[in-house]
Amino acid sequence: MNREIAVVAFAQTDHRRTSDEYSEVEMLMPVLHEVLARTGLKTADIGFTCSGSSDYLAGRAFSFTLALDGVGAWPPISESHVEMDGAWALYEAWVKLQTGDADTALVYSYGKSSPGSVRDVLTRQLDPYYVAPLWPDSIALAALQAQALIDAGRTDEPALAAVGARSRADAETNPHAQLRGSIPQGEYLVRPLRTGDCPPIGDGAAAVILAAGERARDLCERPAWIRGIDHRIEAHGIGVRDLTDSPSTRLAAERAGAFERPVDTAELHASFSSQEVVLREALRLDEGVRVNPSGGALAANPVMAAGLIRIGEAAARIHRGESDRALAHATSGPCLQQNLVAVLEGDPR
Amino acid sequence: MSKEPVAVIGVGQTKHVAARRDVSIAGLVREAARRALDDAELTWADIDAVVIGKAPDFFEGVMMPELYLADALGAVGKPMMRVHTAGSVGGSTALVAASLVAARVHGTVLTLAFEKQSESNAMWGLSLPIPFQQPLLAGAGGFFAPHVRAYMRRSGAPDTVGSLVAYKNRRNALKNPYAHLHEHDITLEKVQASPMLWDPIRYSETCPSSDGACAMILTDRAGAARAPRPAAWMHGGAMRSEPTLFAGKDCVSPLAGRDCAADVYRQAGIADPRRDIDAVEMYVPFSWYEPMWLENLGFAAEGEGWKLTESGVTELDGDLPVDMSGGVLSTNPIGASGMIRFAEAALQVRGLAGEHQVDGARRVLGHAYGGGSQFFAMWLVGAEPPTS
Repeated sequence: MNREIAVVAFAQTDHRRTSDEYSEVEMLMPVLHEVLARTGLKTADIGFTCSGSSDYLAGRAFSFTLALDGVGAWPPISESHVEMDGAWALYEAWVKLQTGDADTALVYSYGKSSPGSVRDVLTRQLDPYYVAPLWPDSIALAALQAQALIDAGRTDEPALAAVGARSRADAETNPHAQLRGSIPQGEYLVRPLRTGDCPPIGDGAAAVILAAGERARDLCERPAWIRGIDHRIEAHGIGVRDLTDSPSTRLAAERAGAFERPVDTAELHASFSSQEVVLREALRLDEGVRVNPSGGALAANPVMAAGLIRIGEAAARIHRGESDRALAHATSGPCLQQNLVAVLEGDPR
Repeated sequence: MSKEPVAVIGVGQTKHVAARRDVSIAGLVREAARRALDDAELTWADIDAVVIGKAPDFFEGVMMPELYLADALGAVGKPMMRVHTAGSVGGSTALVAASLVAARVHGTVLTLAFEKQSESNAMWGLSLPIPFQQPLLAGAGGFFAPHVRAYMRRSGAPDTVGSLVAYKNRRNALKNPYAHLHEHDITLEKVQASPMLWDPIRYSETCPSSDGACAMILTDRAGAARAPRPAAWMHGGAMRSEPTLFAGKDCVSPLAGRDCAADVYRQAGIADPRRDIDAVEMYVPFSWYEPMWLENLGFAAEGEGWKLTESGVTELDGDLPVDMSGGVLSTNPIGASGMIRFAEAALQVRGLAGEHQVDGARRVLGHAYGGGSQFFAMWLVGAEPPTS
């Protein structure tokens, strides 16, 4: 692992509650065009392409094959797909660039949660024999985690409400966010979580371009160098985990070098206010760190893209000179089962 | 910066059958993983990362099942990835795992692919109607039959070539204890008399629907040096994709397949595949795909592939054995089928293929494809480490 690789461009949709008028391909196409335009690259210039999406959200098998048509895979391209959040597609692309087989990579992901009840759809991720038949939905599981934190004296309902309020206030300056400004904390969805503690349901897509070494400097004025990236998974059964802690996040952060020096910014894939509490502690983020300046997943949560967007947002702040060292986090599975951490840096100014 | 050489030091698979009602999905994958670890004489603690693959989640009705399988595959506390590239996924999964070693991100990686098709009905799982889009008709056979017909017309191949492939592969399967179909009473006449499913594809020229898993342990030079049995060394690997349907697409011999093979041959220093490669384990879900892929992969000139099949070149004792394991025609847990091809190639160069071993197999190609003949994954493995 000795090749310098950077995020050189990022684009995303305006995330919306529904996108009935667009197919997934139509939702994705403008984002692909935008991210390529930022670098001046064409599809044929890209060394490796990797995407992340879910057939279960799309409601059909092989849904990603249609998105490939949007990429314009002709002449044929070197390409792969993970049935995971796009953050892991970025990881696969980063590995590919590390082998030296490619110098540039296009990474994209997308998800439309609006056609179904995403809260119920996500129950299909659970152990199919012992848990899924009970249909415990994603909010109910997050509520168990939130209650465990409250019982442990780690947070309380007003503190959780403040996380949601801060996120949506920050999202005021993010034109892509779905929930912006002052949003009522609302009624309980599942105690102790109120609507304000939960992510909006929405559709969206995101894309990133990676480049290695000098190629990155050619394509971007201030590349966001990936200093480290790692991901770890935990046991699936929430009954065997301490839901108030995230050892997989801590280990991934250690492996990514996050604790070697402080970061100034962190984009955390905390879909629920309570998960930010867990992640802040696992990542040892103090009050000096700017957490989720984009508004985070509490302001826009297109499932399968929300993790990649965290990396994109962190990189974009480095591109703009608003951060010198940023941490980006992505998660998958119930109650933060699987976590990815990337550390990004800009060249000294 | 040179890449770390990648070695296969462990292979494990389940006995593939129509329905494994005795095990859960977790039990199925653990069985294959355990056998791969045993082959390499390693334990779960020796594994740095897990990369798994399977075809659509609808086949088992579990969304992103790697989350639930983390415990069964000893992945807790480790990186775990899930690849999905349609039918080529078993091959792509192995290649993603191999790149982790090649990039020196990890030393030893467990890679596994599976399908437990008895949990659902694969044919109708592949036939969901989508508004304004070309339907896949009734399962994959309905999609591929016209392409087979186009090949027959283009090449002028006799109608019987497909049945020769099926007869050969089903006999090869009799020598492979892990193969799903063991048709001890098979005859060429029976294949040719079997019912027509999707003209010109007959029932006996079609892959079965299987439950099964296949696993491999990939490692670096240091890991290979410690391995108790011979390693298979990766000499080249590549993936290529093209759109499903577009004006000008060659559905008989897709450019993505030709490009993918050319990339692998370039990496492996293969000048003439027919001369330099000893055997091929290719993804042939319908019998006629053997001659079609022989041409696509450069083993025969365009329109000439069927002649290799007809003259017995692709028989187990032929000059270029194809689908020594019995192939997809005898075993098809869809998500695992690509990896079984890759694993068979590794077993052959390791000299561990048992009764279906090809004598003197030093360089063997493993091949997988998926979608509408649009996703390709291949690797070439050798008995010796790569020199460059």
